[in-house]
Amino acid sequence: MSSDQTPKDYRESLIHLEYQYTAGSATTTFLNQVKEGRLVGQACPKCKAVYVPPRGSCPRDGIATTIEVPLTDKGCIESFTVVHIPIPGNPIVPPYVCAMVRLDKANISFLHLIQGVEIEDIRIGMRVQAVWKPKEEWTHSLENIKWFAPIDEPDIDVSTLRFKEA
Amino acid sequence: MSETKTNLLEAPFELSYKYKRSSGPVMSKFFEALGDKKILGTKSKAQKVFAPAAEFDPQTRETLTDLTEVGPGGVIESWSWVHQPSDHHLLQIPFAFALIKLDGADTAMLHMISGCQESDLSIGARVTATWSDTPTESITDIKHFTLEL
Repeated sequence: MSSDQTPKDYRESLIHLEYQYTAGSATTTFLNQVKEGRLVGQACPKCKAVYVPPRGSCPRDGIATTIEVPLTDKGCIESFTVVHIPIPGNPIVPPYVCAMVRLDKANISFLHLIQGVEIEDIRIGMRVQAVWKPKEEWTHSLENIKWFAPIDEPDIDVSTLRFKEA
Repeated sequence: MSETKTNLLEAPFELSYKYKRSSGPVMSKFFEALGDKKILGTKSKAQKVFAPAAEFDPQTRETLTDLTEVGPGGVIESWSWVHQPSDHHLLQIPFAFALIKLDGADTAMLHMISGCQESDLSIGARVTATWSDTPTESITDIKHFTLEL
């Protein structure tokens, strides 16, 4: 950017999209459970991989994940990032930590917040558990979980989480 | 989320964000001129006039900087009637989106035609720009085009 550019060169533009989201049957089932404070994944009948949140099919085998697998709200941090740049409209004040959380028995992880710990103490393999909102605030959303916080259990070697063919 | 007849969850979503972009040296002049109720095109070495102003000739890849005034009248090259404008349209009564080849230009510009019926429109019909009273140096400084009497 050259220094002779005046602010007049810059124009504010707006992207605005409105759409109707329809959850598929797998997501509907999952969110109906989340509303009751339960995390239920789905397993592939062939390779037995457990997906949470489930999308209804196994990307490895290309078949429907028909087996429901109740999971706990405990897991470990598979990877994480410290967010320093504020996102417009996002109420969370940086710096904060987003992590891929791998629930116990699950074969995939999902993105959530980590709180209740100094950022410099967060590490891959750390054991965490969901901190839920008050029950009366539960909706069809993973935001029912405020964040994941560390629990007093030994770290997990994430290399052992790698999927092994059944 | 609410449940549909088939018991699938549904919810309305809105994605919205603002961003700032530079219009660049050529398009900045085009937008500034709109604030003065003038439409600018750019002329190539072969005297081809692009309107709205273009920064490059897409065929020869020539850089275009030679600005020239075009319009405000022109002819309809093509048009499409909007029977039921949605909330997002700038005009809330039936209108036409049209490609308009402005006087002095060799290319067509997309804009709206209002103040007429669908049956009044034809390819080749003459139209002219109707200007906004509150210019903001944007393409909407042309409110729309109307048929020339």
